[in-house]
Amino acid sequence: MIILRDGLDKRTMHKIEIRNLNLFYGKFQALMDVSMNLKPNTITAMIGSSGCGKSTLLRCINRMNDLIEDVSVKGSVFIDGEDIYHTYVDLVKMRRKVGMVFQRPNPFPLSIFENVAFGLKIHHLAKGKALESRVEESLKAVLLWEELKDRLNASALDLSLEQKQRLCIARLIALKSEVLLMDEPCSALDPIATQRIEELMAELKKNYTIVIVTHNMQQAARVSQETGFMLLGELVEFGLTTDIFTHPRDKRTEDYITGRFG
Amino acid sequence: MLFRKIKEFFIEQLIFFSGIASIVFVLLIFFFLLKEGLGLFKTVGLWDFLSGQFWYPISDPPKFGILPLILGSLVVTLGAIVIAVPLGIAAAFYIAEVASPRVRDVLKSLIEILSAIPSVVLGFIGMMTLVPFIKWIFDLPTGLTALAGSLLLAFMALPTIISISEDSINAVPREYKEGAIALGATHWQTLYRVTIFGALPGIIAASMLGVGRVIGETMAVMMLTGNAAVIPQSLLEPVRTLTATIAAEMGETVKGSEHFYALFVIGIVLFVISFAINVTADVFLHKNRK
Ligand SMILES: Nc1ncnc2c1ncn2[C@@H]1O[C@H](COP(=O)(O)OP(=O)(O)OP(=O)(O)O)[C@@H](O)[C@H]1O
Ligand SMILES: [Mg+2]
Repeated sequence: MIILRDGLDKRTMHKIEIRNLNLFYGKFQALMDVSMNLKPNTITAMIGSSGCGKSTLLRCINRMNDLIEDVSVKGSVFIDGEDIYHTYVDLVKMRRKVGMVFQRPNPFPLSIFENVAFGLKIHHLAKGKALESRVEESLKAVLLWEELKDRLNASALDLSLEQKQRLCIARLIALKSEVLLMDEPCSALDPIATQRIEELMAELKKNYTIVIVTHNMQQAARVSQETGFMLLGELVEFGLTTDIFTHPRDKRTEDYITGRFG
Repeated sequence: MLFRKIKEFFIEQLIFFSGIASIVFVLLIFFFLLKEGLGLFKTVGLWDFLSGQFWYPISDPPKFGILPLILGSLVVTLGAIVIAVPLGIAAAFYIAEVASPRVRDVLKSLIEILSAIPSVVLGFIGMMTLVPFIKWIFDLPTGLTALAGSLLLAFMALPTIISISEDSINAVPREYKEGAIALGATHWQTLYRVTIFGALPGIIAASMLGVGRVIGETMAVMMLTGNAAVIPQSLLEPVRTLTATIAAEMGETVKGSEHFYALFVIGIVLFVISFAINVTADVFLHKNRK
Protein backbone atom coordinates (compact mmCIF):
# COMPACT_ATOMS: atom_id res chain seq x y z
CA MET A 1 0.00 0.00 0.00
CA ILE A 2 1.42 3.34 -1.00
CA ILE A 3 0.45 6.51 0.80
CA LEU A 4 1.51 9.36 -1.41
CA ARG A 5 1.64 12.85 -0.12
CA ASP A 6 -1.33 14.68 -1.47
CA GLY A 7 -0.86 17.07 -4.36
CA LEU A 8 2.73 16.16 -4.91
CA ASP A 9 4.14 15.90 -8.41
CA LYS A 10 6.26 12.78 -8.82
CA ARG A 11 9.01 14.57 -10.75
CA THR A 12 9.78 17.22 -8.17
CA MET A 13 9.61 14.71 -5.33
CA HIS A 14 12.58 14.43 -3.04
CA LYS A 15 14.02 11.02 -2.44
CA ILE A 16 13.67 11.41 1.30
CA GLU A 17 11.50 13.94 3.02
CA ILE A 18 11.61 14.24 6.78
CA ARG A 19 8.78 16.26 8.25
CA ASN A 20 8.42 17.45 11.84
CA LEU A 21 10.16 14.44 13.22
CA ASN A 22 10.26 14.10 17.01
CA LEU A 23 11.74 11.11 18.77
CA PHE A 24 11.65 10.18 22.43
CA TYR A 25 13.74 7.60 24.26
CA GLY A 26 11.28 7.14 27.12
CA LYS A 27 10.84 10.70 28.37
CA PHE A 28 14.07 12.00 26.84
CA GLN A 29 13.52 13.86 23.59
CA ALA A 30 16.39 13.09 21.21
CA LEU A 31 15.02 14.73 18.06
CA MET A 32 13.19 18.07 18.05
CA ASP A 33 10.94 18.75 15.14
CA VAL A 34 13.46 17.89 12.45
CA SER A 35 12.46 18.62 8.85
CA MET A 36 14.68 18.20 5.82
CA ASN A 37 14.54 17.14 2.18
CA LEU A 38 17.20 14.93 0.68
CA LYS A 39 17.84 14.89 -3.04
CA PRO A 40 18.45 11.75 -5.07
CA ASN A 41 21.99 11.05 -6.28
CA THR A 42 23.38 13.32 -3.62
CA ILE A 43 25.59 12.75 -0.64
CA THR A 44 24.22 14.48 2.43
CA ALA A 45 26.48 14.77 5.46
CA MET A 46 25.17 15.09 9.02
CA ILE A 47 27.55 16.76 11.43
CA GLY A 48 27.31 17.81 15.06
CA SER A 49 28.86 17.05 18.41
CA SER A 50 28.56 13.71 20.14
CA GLY A 51 25.08 12.90 21.40
CA CYS A 52 23.28 15.50 19.31
CA GLY A 53 21.12 12.87 17.64
CA LYS A 54 22.80 12.18 14.30
CA SER A 55 22.62 8.43 14.62
CA THR A 56 19.12 8.63 15.96
CA LEU A 57 18.01 10.63 12.94
CA LEU A 58 19.73 8.24 10.55
CA ARG A 59 18.10 5.26 12.22
CA CYS A 60 14.72 6.90 11.76
CA ILE A 61 15.12 6.70 7.99
CA ASN A 62 15.02 2.90 7.98
CA ARG A 63 13.13 2.53 11.25
CA MET A 64 15.96 0.79 13.04
CA ASN A 65 14.83 2.57 16.18
CA ASP A 66 11.93 0.15 16.24
CA LEU A 67 14.34 -2.39 17.72
CA ILE A 68 14.90 -0.28 20.81
CA GLU A 69 12.38 -0.61 23.60
CA ASP A 70 10.42 2.40 24.75
CA VAL A 71 10.98 4.61 21.71
CA SER A 72 8.22 6.79 20.38
CA VAL A 73 8.30 8.70 17.11
CA LYS A 74 6.07 11.55 15.98
CA GLY A 75 6.15 13.01 12.50
CA SER A 76 6.81 11.46 9.13
CA VAL A 77 9.56 10.28 6.88
CA PHE A 78 8.61 10.00 3.23
CA ILE A 79 10.71 7.87 0.93
CA ASP A 80 9.72 8.28 -2.70
CA GLY A 81 6.63 9.97 -1.35
CA GLU A 82 5.62 7.09 0.87
CA ASP A 83 5.39 7.63 4.62
CA ILE A 84 7.39 4.84 6.21
CA TYR A 85 5.83 5.56 9.59
CA HIS A 86 2.38 4.79 8.28
CA THR A 87 0.78 1.78 9.95
CA TYR A 88 0.50 -0.30 6.81
CA VAL A 89 4.05 0.10 5.60
CA ASP A 90 5.89 -3.07 4.63
CA LEU A 91 9.08 -2.75 6.69
CA VAL A 92 10.80 -5.59 4.89
CA LYS A 93 10.28 -3.97 1.50
CA MET A 94 11.26 -0.57 2.83
CA ARG A 95 14.53 -1.84 4.28
CA ARG A 96 15.35 -3.51 1.01
CA LYS A 97 15.29 -0.06 -0.52
CA VAL A 98 16.99 1.77 2.33
CA GLY A 99 20.25 0.10 3.27
CA MET A 100 22.46 0.88 6.23
CA VAL A 101 26.22 0.77 6.77
CA PHE A 102 27.28 0.68 10.40
CA GLN A 103 30.09 2.31 12.31
CA ARG A 104 31.77 -0.97 13.14
CA PRO A 105 31.87 -3.14 10.01
CA ASN A 106 29.47 -5.99 10.73
CA PRO A 107 29.78 -8.79 8.21
CA PHE A 108 27.82 -11.89 9.26
CA PRO A 109 29.69 -14.92 10.60
CA LEU A 110 29.26 -16.55 7.19
CA SER A 111 31.39 -16.88 4.08
CA ILE A 112 32.18 -13.88 1.88
CA PHE A 113 29.81 -15.19 -0.76
CA GLU A 114 26.98 -15.81 1.69
CA ASN A 115 27.34 -12.29 3.06
CA VAL A 116 26.78 -10.70 -0.31
CA ALA A 117 24.10 -13.22 -1.26
CA PHE A 118 22.26 -12.74 2.05
CA GLY A 119 19.82 -10.05 0.97
CA LEU A 120 19.09 -11.77 -2.33
CA LYS A 121 18.37 -15.02 -0.57
CA ILE A 122 16.09 -13.72 2.14
CA HIS A 123 14.07 -11.77 -0.39
CA HIS A 124 14.11 -14.65 -2.89
CA LEU A 125 15.45 -12.41 -5.63
CA ALA A 126 17.99 -14.68 -7.27
CA LYS A 127 19.16 -18.27 -7.36
CA GLY A 128 21.95 -20.35 -8.89
CA LYS A 129 23.80 -18.66 -11.75
CA ALA A 130 21.89 -15.40 -11.41
CA LEU A 131 22.80 -15.25 -7.75
CA GLU A 132 26.46 -15.87 -8.51
CA SER A 133 26.62 -13.15 -11.10
CA ARG A 134 24.87 -10.65 -8.81
CA VAL A 135 27.42 -11.42 -6.11
CA GLU A 136 30.24 -10.94 -8.60
CA GLU A 137 28.78 -7.64 -9.83
CA SER A 138 28.39 -6.34 -6.29
CA LEU A 139 31.91 -7.27 -5.27
CA LYS A 140 33.21 -5.59 -8.42
CA ALA A 141 31.28 -2.44 -7.59
CA VAL A 142 33.10 -2.17 -4.26
CA LEU A 143 36.43 -3.18 -5.83
CA LEU A 144 36.76 -6.38 -3.85
CA TRP A 145 36.33 -8.88 -6.65
CA GLU A 146 39.94 -9.10 -7.79
CA GLU A 147 41.21 -9.57 -4.22
CA LEU A 148 38.62 -12.06 -3.09
CA LYS A 149 37.37 -14.00 -6.09
CA ASP A 150 39.50 -17.01 -5.21
CA ARG A 151 38.31 -17.28 -1.65
CA LEU A 152 34.62 -16.55 -1.74
CA ASN A 153 34.01 -19.42 0.65
CA ALA A 154 36.38 -18.14 3.29
CA SER A 155 34.89 -16.61 6.42
CA ALA A 156 34.12 -12.91 6.14
CA LEU A 157 35.34 -12.45 9.69
CA ASP A 158 38.97 -12.90 8.60
CA LEU A 159 38.97 -9.89 6.27
CA SER A 160 40.67 -6.60 7.09
CA LEU A 161 38.48 -3.83 8.51
CA GLU A 162 38.41 -1.99 5.22
CA GLN A 163 37.51 -5.13 3.29
CA LYS A 164 34.76 -5.83 5.83
CA GLN A 165 33.29 -2.37 5.40
CA ARG A 166 33.40 -2.74 1.61
CA LEU A 167 31.73 -6.11 1.95
CA CYS A 168 28.96 -4.53 4.00
CA ILE A 169 28.44 -2.01 1.23
CA ALA A 170 28.45 -4.84 -1.34
CA ARG A 171 25.61 -6.49 0.61
CA LEU A 172 23.48 -3.43 -0.08
CA ILE A 173 24.53 -3.10 -3.70
CA ALA A 174 23.53 -6.70 -4.34
CA LEU A 175 20.05 -5.81 -3.15
CA LYS A 176 19.98 -2.79 -5.43
CA SER A 177 19.15 -0.57 -2.49
CA GLU A 178 18.39 3.00 -3.47
CA VAL A 179 19.35 4.79 -0.30
CA LEU A 180 22.55 4.21 1.67
CA LEU A 181 22.57 5.34 5.28
CA MET A 182 26.12 5.41 6.60
CA ASP A 183 26.80 5.97 10.28
CA GLU A 184 30.45 6.99 10.63
CA PRO A 185 31.46 4.32 8.11
CA CYS A 186 35.15 5.24 8.26
CA SER A 187 35.70 5.75 11.96
CA ALA A 188 37.22 2.28 12.36
CA LEU A 189 39.48 2.69 9.32
CA ASP A 190 42.94 4.16 8.75
CA PRO A 191 43.38 7.28 6.57
CA ILE A 192 44.21 5.38 3.39
CA ALA A 193 41.26 3.03 3.75
CA THR A 194 39.10 6.05 4.56
CA GLN A 195 40.17 7.78 1.38
CA ARG A 196 39.36 4.71 -0.67
CA ILE A 197 35.90 4.37 0.88
CA GLU A 198 35.31 8.04 0.11
CA GLU A 199 36.25 7.43 -3.52
CA LEU A 200 33.83 4.54 -3.56
CA MET A 201 31.07 6.77 -2.19
CA ALA A 202 31.68 9.34 -4.91
CA GLU A 203 31.31 6.54 -7.43
CA LEU A 204 28.16 5.17 -5.81
CA LYS A 205 26.55 8.59 -5.75
CA LYS A 206 25.64 8.16 -9.41
CA ASN A 207 23.10 5.52 -8.52
CA TYR A 208 22.30 6.05 -4.87
CA THR A 209 21.07 8.62 -2.43
CA ILE A 210 23.61 8.65 0.38
CA VAL A 211 23.36 10.04 3.90
CA ILE A 212 26.55 9.95 5.93
CA VAL A 213 27.03 10.78 9.59
CA THR A 214 30.55 11.90 10.31
CA HIS A 215 32.62 13.49 13.05
CA ASN A 216 35.25 14.44 10.55
CA MET A 217 34.54 17.90 9.18
CA GLN A 218 37.06 17.52 6.36
CA GLN A 219 35.30 14.36 5.32
CA ALA A 220 31.94 16.10 5.24
CA ALA A 221 33.44 18.91 3.15
CA ARG A 222 35.17 16.46 0.81
CA VAL A 223 32.42 13.99 0.06
CA SER A 224 29.09 15.73 0.45
CA GLN A 225 27.05 18.15 -1.60
CA GLU A 226 24.66 19.01 1.21
CA THR A 227 25.27 19.21 4.92
CA GLY A 228 23.07 19.34 7.98
CA PHE A 229 24.33 20.57 11.34
CA MET A 230 22.62 19.27 14.46
CA LEU A 231 22.76 20.45 18.04
CA LEU A 232 20.98 18.84 20.99
CA GLY A 233 18.42 17.09 18.83
CA GLU A 234 17.69 20.08 16.68
CA LEU A 235 18.58 20.55 13.02
CA VAL A 236 20.19 23.97 13.23
CA GLU A 237 21.14 24.45 9.64
CA PHE A 238 20.82 22.53 6.42
CA GLY A 239 22.02 23.50 2.97
CA LEU A 240 24.72 23.24 0.36
CA THR A 241 27.97 21.98 1.84
CA THR A 242 29.92 24.87 0.33
CA ASP A 243 27.58 27.36 2.00
CA ILE A 244 27.67 25.68 5.39
CA PHE A 245 31.44 25.62 5.46
CA THR A 246 32.13 29.04 3.93
CA HIS A 247 29.35 31.27 5.19
CA PRO A 248 27.03 29.56 7.63
CA ARG A 249 23.87 31.47 8.41
CA ASP A 250 23.60 30.44 12.03
CA LYS A 251 26.05 31.58 14.69
CA ARG A 252 26.02 28.10 16.31
CA THR A 253 27.02 26.41 13.05
CA GLU A 254 29.86 28.85 12.66
CA ASP A 255 31.06 28.19 16.19
CA TYR A 256 31.02 24.47 15.57
CA ILE A 257 32.84 24.38 12.26
CA THR A 258 35.44 26.85 13.39
CA GLY A 259 36.00 24.57 16.35
CA ARG A 260 34.82 26.86 19.12
CA PHE A 261 32.78 24.10 20.74
CA GLY A 262 31.69 20.54 20.18
CA MET B 1 63.79 -12.04 51.57
CA LEU B 2 64.84 -15.61 52.10
CA PHE B 3 61.58 -16.28 53.87
CA ARG B 4 59.61 -15.00 50.92
CA LYS B 5 61.58 -17.20 48.57
CA ILE B 6 60.91 -20.25 50.66
CA LYS B 7 57.24 -19.38 50.81
CA GLU B 8 57.04 -19.03 47.06
CA PHE B 9 58.88 -22.26 46.60
CA PHE B 10 56.36 -24.10 48.75
CA ILE B 11 53.37 -22.51 47.07
CA GLU B 12 54.72 -23.43 43.67
CA GLN B 13 55.35 -27.00 44.75
CA LEU B 14 51.89 -27.26 46.22
CA ILE B 15 50.23 -26.13 43.01
CA PHE B 16 52.48 -28.41 41.01
CA PHE B 17 51.55 -31.42 43.13
CA SER B 18 47.84 -30.69 42.98
CA GLY B 19 48.15 -30.69 39.21
CA ILE B 20 50.16 -33.89 39.19
CA ALA B 21 47.79 -35.52 41.69
CA SER B 22 44.82 -35.34 39.33
CA ILE B 23 46.85 -37.03 36.62
CA VAL B 24 48.10 -39.66 39.05
CA PHE B 25 44.57 -40.41 40.22
CA VAL B 26 43.35 -40.95 36.68
CA LEU B 27 46.26 -43.27 35.96
CA LEU B 28 45.72 -45.15 39.22
CA ILE B 29 42.07 -45.67 38.45
CA PHE B 30 42.92 -46.94 35.01
CA PHE B 31 45.57 -49.37 36.32
CA PHE B 32 43.25 -50.58 39.04
CA LEU B 33 40.57 -51.28 36.44
CA LEU B 34 43.10 -53.09 34.26
CA LYS B 35 44.47 -55.12 37.15
CA GLU B 36 41.06 -56.26 38.30
CA GLY B 37 39.66 -56.73 34.81
CA LEU B 38 42.43 -58.46 32.93
CA GLY B 39 41.94 -61.65 34.95
CA LEU B 40 38.86 -62.30 32.86
CA PHE B 41 40.82 -62.83 29.69
CA LYS B 42 42.36 -66.00 31.06
CA THR B 43 39.03 -67.68 30.33
CA VAL B 44 37.16 -65.40 27.90
CA GLY B 45 38.53 -63.91 24.67
CA LEU B 46 38.36 -60.13 24.17
CA TRP B 47 36.46 -60.43 20.92
CA ASP B 48 33.97 -62.92 22.36
CA PHE B 49 33.45 -60.56 25.25
CA LEU B 50 32.76 -57.53 23.07
CA SER B 51 30.68 -59.23 20.39
CA GLY B 52 28.97 -61.95 22.41
CA GLN B 53 25.22 -61.69 22.19
CA PHE B 54 24.37 -63.12 25.57
CA TRP B 55 25.01 -61.84 29.04
CA TYR B 56 24.26 -64.73 31.39
CA PRO B 57 26.82 -64.20 34.12
CA ILE B 58 25.33 -66.61 36.65
CA SER B 59 24.08 -69.45 34.49
CA ASP B 60 26.18 -72.56 34.11
CA PRO B 61 28.29 -72.28 32.06
CA PRO B 62 28.19 -68.45 32.26
CA LYS B 63 28.16 -66.32 29.12
CA PHE B 64 29.86 -62.96 29.11
CA GLY B 65 28.86 -61.17 25.92
CA ILE B 66 28.35 -57.44 26.36
CA LEU B 67 27.07 -56.57 22.88
CA PRO B 68 23.49 -56.19 24.19
CA LEU B 69 24.76 -53.91 26.94
CA ILE B 70 26.80 -51.77 24.54
CA LEU B 71 23.82 -51.49 22.19
CA GLY B 72 21.55 -50.76 25.14
CA SER B 73 23.75 -47.86 26.21
CA LEU B 74 24.01 -46.67 22.64
CA VAL B 75 20.27 -46.73 21.99
CA VAL B 76 19.39 -44.97 25.22
CA THR B 77 22.06 -42.31 24.77
CA LEU B 78 21.35 -41.69 21.09
CA GLY B 79 17.66 -41.45 21.88
CA ALA B 80 18.45 -38.88 24.55
CA ILE B 81 20.61 -36.87 22.15
CA VAL B 82 17.99 -36.88 19.41
CA ILE B 83 15.41 -35.61 21.87
CA ALA B 84 17.46 -33.22 23.98
CA VAL B 85 19.65 -31.41 21.46
CA PRO B 86 16.97 -29.96 19.15
CA LEU B 87 14.64 -29.29 22.05
CA GLY B 88 17.38 -27.64 24.08
CA ILE B 89 18.51 -25.41 21.23
CA ALA B 90 14.96 -24.41 20.41
CA ALA B 91 14.25 -23.61 24.06
CA ALA B 92 17.46 -21.57 24.27
CA PHE B 93 16.41 -19.54 21.25
CA TYR B 94 12.96 -19.04 22.70
CA ILE B 95 14.34 -17.79 25.98
CA ALA B 96 17.04 -15.61 24.43
CA GLU B 97 15.17 -14.15 21.50
CA VAL B 98 11.43 -14.51 21.78
CA ALA B 99 10.24 -14.61 25.37
CA SER B 100 9.30 -11.42 27.16
CA PRO B 101 11.60 -10.47 30.05
CA ARG B 102 9.15 -11.79 32.64
CA VAL B 103 8.63 -15.14 30.96
CA ARG B 104 12.39 -15.37 30.48
CA ASP B 105 13.08 -14.91 34.19
CA VAL B 106 10.51 -17.50 35.19
CA LEU B 107 11.82 -20.04 32.68
CA LYS B 108 15.41 -19.53 33.70
CA SER B 109 14.67 -20.14 37.36
CA LEU B 110 12.64 -23.23 36.49
CA ILE B 111 15.54 -24.60 34.49
CA GLU B 112 17.88 -24.01 37.39
CA ILE B 113 15.55 -25.90 39.69
CA LEU B 114 15.35 -28.71 37.18
CA SER B 115 19.11 -29.06 37.11
CA ALA B 116 19.20 -29.25 40.89
CA ILE B 117 16.94 -32.31 41.19
CA PRO B 118 18.97 -35.44 42.11
CA SER B 119 18.84 -38.12 39.44
CA VAL B 120 17.31 -40.72 41.76
CA VAL B 121 14.38 -38.43 42.42
CA LEU B 122 13.95 -37.83 38.70
CA GLY B 123 14.11 -41.57 38.15
CA PHE B 124 11.47 -42.13 40.78
CA ILE B 125 9.16 -39.51 39.27
CA GLY B 126 9.80 -41.02 35.84
CA MET B 127 8.84 -44.44 37.14
CA MET B 128 5.56 -43.16 38.53
CA THR B 129 4.56 -41.06 35.51
CA LEU B 130 6.58 -41.66 32.36
CA VAL B 131 6.59 -45.47 32.50
CA PRO B 132 2.82 -45.98 32.83
CA PHE B 133 2.27 -43.27 30.21
CA ILE B 134 4.51 -45.02 27.68
CA LYS B 135 2.88 -48.35 28.44
CA TRP B 136 -0.54 -46.85 27.86
CA ILE B 137 0.18 -44.76 24.79
CA PHE B 138 2.02 -47.47 22.83
CA ASP B 139 -0.07 -50.27 24.30
CA LEU B 140 2.98 -52.22 25.51
CA PRO B 141 3.28 -55.05 28.04
CA THR B 142 5.62 -52.81 30.03
CA GLY B 143 6.57 -49.15 29.93
CA LEU B 144 10.06 -49.89 31.20
CA THR B 145 11.75 -49.28 27.87
CA ALA B 146 14.73 -47.66 26.18
CA LEU B 147 12.41 -44.79 25.31
CA ALA B 148 11.65 -44.11 28.97
CA GLY B 149 15.38 -44.00 29.68
CA SER B 150 16.05 -41.74 26.71
CA LEU B 151 13.32 -39.32 27.69
CA LEU B 152 14.56 -39.08 31.22
CA LEU B 153 18.17 -38.62 30.19
CA ALA B 154 17.08 -35.96 27.72
CA PHE B 155 15.33 -34.25 30.59
CA MET B 156 18.53 -34.32 32.59
CA ALA B 157 20.67 -33.01 29.73
CA LEU B 158 18.29 -30.16 28.92
CA PRO B 159 19.27 -27.65 31.63
CA THR B 160 22.93 -27.77 30.61
CA ILE B 161 22.16 -27.50 26.90
CA ILE B 162 19.65 -24.70 27.37
CA SER B 163 21.61 -22.51 29.71
CA ILE B 164 24.93 -22.72 27.88
CA SER B 165 23.31 -22.30 24.46
CA GLU B 166 21.36 -19.33 25.73
CA ASP B 167 24.53 -17.69 27.00
CA SER B 168 26.19 -18.11 23.65
CA ILE B 169 23.15 -16.76 21.80
CA ASN B 170 23.16 -13.71 24.03
CA ALA B 171 26.86 -13.27 23.35
CA VAL B 172 26.24 -12.94 19.60
CA PRO B 173 27.14 -9.34 18.80
CA ARG B 174 24.17 -7.05 18.43
CA GLU B 175 25.69 -5.77 15.20
CA TYR B 176 25.00 -9.06 13.43
CA LYS B 177 21.33 -8.86 14.19
CA GLU B 178 21.08 -5.18 13.31
CA GLY B 179 22.85 -5.83 10.03
CA ALA B 180 20.37 -8.53 9.11
CA ILE B 181 17.32 -6.51 10.14
CA ALA B 182 18.63 -3.51 8.21
CA LEU B 183 18.76 -5.70 5.10
CA GLY B 184 15.08 -6.42 5.53
CA ALA B 185 15.40 -9.80 7.23
CA THR B 186 12.54 -10.79 9.48
CA HIS B 187 13.15 -11.70 13.10
CA TRP B 188 12.92 -15.36 12.17
CA GLN B 189 15.28 -15.10 9.20
CA THR B 190 17.77 -13.24 11.37
CA LEU B 191 17.59 -16.08 13.88
CA TYR B 192 18.20 -19.00 11.60
CA ARG B 193 20.47 -17.38 9.06
CA VAL B 194 22.73 -15.23 11.24
CA THR B 195 22.34 -15.58 15.00
CA ILE B 196 22.60 -19.35 14.96
CA PHE B 197 25.93 -19.20 13.13
CA GLY B 198 27.27 -16.64 15.55
CA ALA B 199 26.32 -18.90 18.43
CA LEU B 200 27.31 -22.20 16.83
CA PRO B 201 30.55 -22.98 18.69
CA GLY B 202 28.79 -22.38 21.99
CA ILE B 203 25.79 -24.46 20.98
CA ILE B 204 28.00 -27.39 20.01
CA ALA B 205 29.88 -27.17 23.28
CA ALA B 206 26.57 -27.00 25.14
CA SER B 207 25.28 -30.13 23.42
CA MET B 208 28.47 -32.05 24.14
CA LEU B 209 28.46 -31.03 27.79
CA GLY B 210 24.80 -31.95 28.07
CA VAL B 211 25.41 -35.35 26.56
CA GLY B 212 28.52 -35.81 28.66
CA ARG B 213 26.43 -35.13 31.72
CA VAL B 214 24.07 -38.07 31.00
CA ILE B 215 26.34 -40.58 29.33
CA GLY B 216 27.60 -41.97 32.61
CA GLU B 217 24.25 -41.63 34.31
CA THR B 218 23.26 -44.81 36.10
CA MET B 219 20.52 -44.60 38.68
CA ALA B 220 17.70 -43.10 36.69
CA VAL B 221 18.41 -45.34 33.72
CA MET B 222 18.52 -48.43 35.86
CA MET B 223 15.12 -47.55 37.29
CA LEU B 224 13.43 -46.94 33.95
CA THR B 225 14.84 -49.15 31.23
CA GLY B 226 13.63 -52.52 32.41
CA ASN B 227 17.11 -54.05 32.65
CA ALA B 228 16.72 -56.82 30.11
CA ALA B 229 20.11 -57.72 28.67
CA VAL B 230 18.90 -58.45 25.17
CA ILE B 231 19.85 -56.84 21.90
CA PRO B 232 17.31 -54.02 21.42
CA GLN B 233 15.25 -54.04 18.23
CA SER B 234 13.47 -50.74 18.92
CA LEU B 235 13.15 -47.94 21.42
CA LEU B 236 10.04 -49.58 22.80
CA GLU B 237 11.78 -52.58 24.33
CA PRO B 238 13.44 -53.01 27.68
CA VAL B 239 17.21 -52.65 27.50
CA ARG B 240 20.11 -52.70 29.89
CA THR B 241 23.04 -50.31 29.82
CA LEU B 242 26.69 -50.83 30.72
CA THR B 243 26.48 -48.61 33.78
CA ALA B 244 23.29 -50.20 35.06
CA THR B 245 24.86 -53.63 34.79
CA ILE B 246 27.78 -52.71 36.99
CA ALA B 247 25.57 -51.01 39.55
CA ALA B 248 23.06 -53.84 39.68
CA GLU B 249 25.45 -56.77 39.83
CA MET B 250 28.49 -55.56 41.72
CA GLY B 251 26.89 -56.28 45.07
CA GLU B 252 26.16 -59.90 44.24
CA THR B 253 29.45 -61.10 42.84
CA VAL B 254 32.17 -62.95 44.63
CA LYS B 255 35.42 -61.00 44.67
CA GLY B 256 37.89 -62.64 42.27
CA SER B 257 35.24 -64.57 40.33
CA GLU B 258 34.90 -64.45 36.56
CA HIS B 259 31.76 -62.37 36.92
CA PHE B 260 33.61 -59.90 39.14
CA TYR B 261 36.35 -59.50 36.55
CA ALA B 262 33.81 -59.10 33.78
CA LEU B 263 32.20 -56.13 35.56
CA PHE B 264 35.59 -54.46 35.76
CA VAL B 265 36.15 -54.96 32.05
CA ILE B 266 32.80 -53.27 31.47
CA GLY B 267 34.26 -50.41 33.48
CA ILE B 268 37.25 -50.29 31.15
CA VAL B 269 34.96 -50.24 28.12
CA LEU B 270 33.04 -47.31 29.62
CA PHE B 271 36.30 -45.56 30.38
CA VAL B 272 37.49 -45.95 26.79
CA ILE B 273 34.16 -44.79 25.36
CA SER B 274 33.95 -41.61 27.40
CA PHE B 275 37.63 -40.92 26.78
CA ALA B 276 37.00 -41.17 23.03
CA ILE B 277 33.99 -38.86 23.25
CA ASN B 278 35.91 -36.24 25.22
CA VAL B 279 38.83 -36.31 22.82
CA THR B 280 36.49 -35.95 19.84
CA ALA B 281 34.69 -33.05 21.48
CA ASP B 282 37.98 -31.38 22.25
CA VAL B 283 39.30 -31.73 18.73
CA PHE B 284 36.03 -30.38 17.39
CA LEU B 285 35.90 -27.39 19.69
CA HIS B 286 39.48 -26.46 18.90
CA LYS B 287 38.81 -26.67 15.21
CA ASN B 288 35.81 -24.47 15.70
CA ARG B 289 37.70 -21.85 17.61
CA LYS B 290 40.16 -21.29 14.78
N1 LIG C 1 18.83 3.49 23.18
C1 LIG C 1 18.84 4.70 23.77
N2 LIG C 1 18.15 4.89 24.92
C2 LIG C 1 18.15 6.09 25.53
N3 LIG C 1 18.81 7.17 25.08
C3 LIG C 1 19.51 7.05 23.93
C4 LIG C 1 19.56 5.81 23.23
N4 LIG C 1 20.35 5.98 22.14
C5 LIG C 1 20.75 7.26 22.17
N5 LIG C 1 20.26 7.92 23.23
C6 LIG C 1 20.47 9.33 23.57
O1 LIG C 1 20.01 10.11 22.50
C7 LIG C 1 20.90 11.18 22.23
C8 LIG C 1 21.33 11.12 20.79
O2 LIG C 1 22.08 9.94 20.59
P1 LIG C 1 22.74 9.59 19.20
O3 LIG C 1 23.37 8.27 19.33
O4 LIG C 1 21.74 9.78 18.14
O5 LIG C 1 23.86 10.72 19.09
P2 LIG C 1 24.96 10.91 17.99
O6 LIG C 1 24.83 12.29 17.47
O7 LIG C 1 24.93 9.80 17.00
O8 LIG C 1 26.28 10.80 18.85
P3 LIG C 1 27.68 10.19 18.45
O9 LIG C 1 28.34 11.21 17.61
O10 LIG C 1 28.37 10.02 19.77
O11 LIG C 1 27.44 8.91 17.75
C9 LIG C 1 22.05 11.04 23.21
O12 LIG C 1 21.83 11.93 24.27
C10 LIG C 1 21.95 9.63 23.69
O13 LIG C 1 22.37 9.54 25.03
MG1 LIG D 1 26.24 8.13 16.53
